Amino acid sequence: MDELNFEGYTCPVPIRPTDTVLLGHGSGGTLSRDLLNRLFLPELGRAAPRLLDDSAVVAIGDQRFAITTDSHVVSPLFFPGGDIGRLAICGTVNDLAMVGAQPVALTCGFVIEEGLSFELLQRVVASMKAAAQEAGVYIAAGDTKVVQKGGADQLFINTSGIGTIPDGIDISGARAHAGDVIIVSGTLGDHGIAVLSAREGLGFETKLESDVAPLNDLVQAMIGAGGIHVLRDPTRGGLATSLVEISEQSNVTIEIAEQVLPVKPAVKAACEMLGFDPLYIANEGKLVAFVKESAADRVLDVMKKTKYGEQAVVIGRVIGSGKSPAKQSCGQVRLKTAIGGTRLVDMLPGEMLPRIC
Amino acid sequence: MKYLDEYRDPAKVKSLLREIESAVTKNWVIMEICGGQTHAFLHHGLDALLPPQIELVHGPGCPVCVTPLEQIDRAIAIASRPEVIFTSFGDMLRVPGSTKDLFAVRAQGGDVRVVYSPLEAVQIAEANPEKQVVFFAIGFETTAPANAMAVLQAKNKNIDNFSVLVSHVRVPPAMEAILSSKSNRVQAFLAAGHVCAVMGFHEYPPLADKYHVPIVVTGFEPIDLLNGLLAAIRQLESGRALAENQYQRAVRLAGNESAQRAIRSVFEPVDRKWRGIGVIPQSGWGLSPNFQEFDAEKRFAVEDILTQESAQCIAGEILQGLKKPFQCAAFGKACTPGTPLGAPMVSAEGACAAYYRYHREGTYG
Repeated sequence: MDELNFEGYTCPVPIRPTDTVLLGHGSGGTLSRDLLNRLFLPELGRAAPRLLDDSAVVAIGDQRFAITTDSHVVSPLFFPGGDIGRLAICGTVNDLAMVGAQPVALTCGFVIEEGLSFELLQRVVASMKAAAQEAGVYIAAGDTKVVQKGGADQLFINTSGIGTIPDGIDISGARAHAGDVIIVSGTLGDHGIAVLSAREGLGFETKLESDVAPLNDLVQAMIGAGGIHVLRDPTRGGLATSLVEISEQSNVTIEIAEQVLPVKPAVKAACEMLGFDPLYIANEGKLVAFVKESAADRVLDVMKKTKYGEQAVVIGRVIGSGKSPAKQSCGQVRLKTAIGGTRLVDMLPGEMLPRIC
Repeated sequence: MKYLDEYRDPAKVKSLLREIESAVTKNWVIMEICGGQTHAFLHHGLDALLPPQIELVHGPGCPVCVTPLEQIDRAIAIASRPEVIFTSFGDMLRVPGSTKDLFAVRAQGGDVRVVYSPLEAVQIAEANPEKQVVFFAIGFETTAPANAMAVLQAKNKNIDNFSVLVSHVRVPPAMEAILSSKSNRVQAFLAAGHVCAVMGFHEYPPLADKYHVPIVVTGFEPIDLLNGLLAAIRQLESGRALAENQYQRAVRLAGNESAQRAIRSVFEPVDRKWRGIGVIPQSGWGLSPNFQEFDAEKRFAVEDILTQESAQCIAGEILQGLKKPFQCAAFGKACTPGTPLGAPMVSAEGACAAYYRYHREGTYG
């Protein structure tokens, strides 16, 4: 065989961020953040250290309120364990709860594609009603727009919410401290894999349901136990993205242990098959908490007594802040692998892609 | 989970690591062929647990990485046509062509769809008779049987709006290219277990013999990788050079004969260009004369698209195992998984992406 010139071959010129929005800009990972930093924040965002939290905190007089908004564009509209209506209520309730607020009222905006059946819309609305009752919130206002066929994919729902933050509560992604214990409220990746298998017709034999649920009661119980520094619901981008965000917001180094991460066998199997990592799969009824070490046992006990925190488990801790003695740079998430190795955990770059082989 | 946990058992990993430590007396350079193996080494943090005498170099076995730029440009040209539904495995969508990637084509209105199996693409063609459905048939011997089945199915069902853009590659010619290169540093191979599950490993004893290099057919779990390494090191230390099968639960000498029949009935060996490496003789599969009507390159007249790569990254040296990703000036700076300069940064199985995700700073070396 002729000698090959390996040295002469190179990679292509870089393709810089496109001049159009890509689906990956909505994945919750680094592309989403690029979009925020490049376009939205310079124009619309007031400089605020806690911009990356799930809700904004606004004070009117002596009372602090949490406000947030979220649009829901899930396909299919109904999936095992939930539907777009329940998702739209729980998503916003949970975002409010993640800054320690007690959710009070929601608004909802419907964008409906012409041709959607009344029966289907009725089922979505009934599901929203049930979820709102479960969460103890009411729908204070709403709006409806109908677009022509092809102008939307069946149904999009936006919900905004407002909640009150009791005095003395200060929960934010910027408050992680060295020594904090990290707890997740249950199994990872159930929602993302349930929706994926319904959408792609992957036909897994095990029935897997989305975890979509309102977490405000769980959060109130945890706050009662004390010592909560950070709360976040790891939705798009999964637990990995939430942890990376928190590590950067708080300038801390986080270490979690692969062996204790709670993942259902069906989710694990689906991920193994498709080349996904459960750390990056969306959850809609789970939270991750950073808790003061001395309060961790108490918080865990309280969580386990609630409906949506029964399977709560400690997954790691904050091992350093600022420049740590071990010279590890901060804003880092490290994972102890089950076999005793260590690796970095990064954000999802764009869309999560199934691998080839 | 069954068939996984027993191959990730921490106690077994520890004992194998001890065996490897006691078997090694000299420095050895060992290449794992497959990107899936590279990914597994780094995903489990195994590489950092190995004794310092063992240098792992990462082979060209990542289909996303080695598909040549001009083939990506052809895919983009075809996918941009209004009458086309372009179907592909997911991770090809982010590979940069010379001006854009398939994601950008989709954002600009192209109908680009991710499929999990090439047979899905045939179903899409059946369901959309007014459209031209093209499947991007890339990959090694692992994806070739299913891609061959898709073409056979389309032929049997007389589906004439289906075609394939073929860029299949074969492992053994690439191994021979690396071994015969003057700059070769590789002293032993961990061969790709899943490729051998399809093709068997009867092609390897002559290679092991000719170049005096141990070749160990190896799986993808920590225990597999360590067993593969241990077997390679024992051969190296004792001066032997044999083709050996560590992955016996999946691989037989003859491989999967019905899969090979499917490949042979649709494809024939052709010269193939590898991104970052160049043309390797007889290193690919192309459509055989009986199936030319399914050739998307001819159907859409994109054969004339020939693109030259311009100098930016060192993918060629990385894919040949001459350099590590962090030795590239662009690594982690200009070149990240979000804005890849080269294919090895795109796929989860690409060596650069694996290093970026698991070893970017602080934890390596």
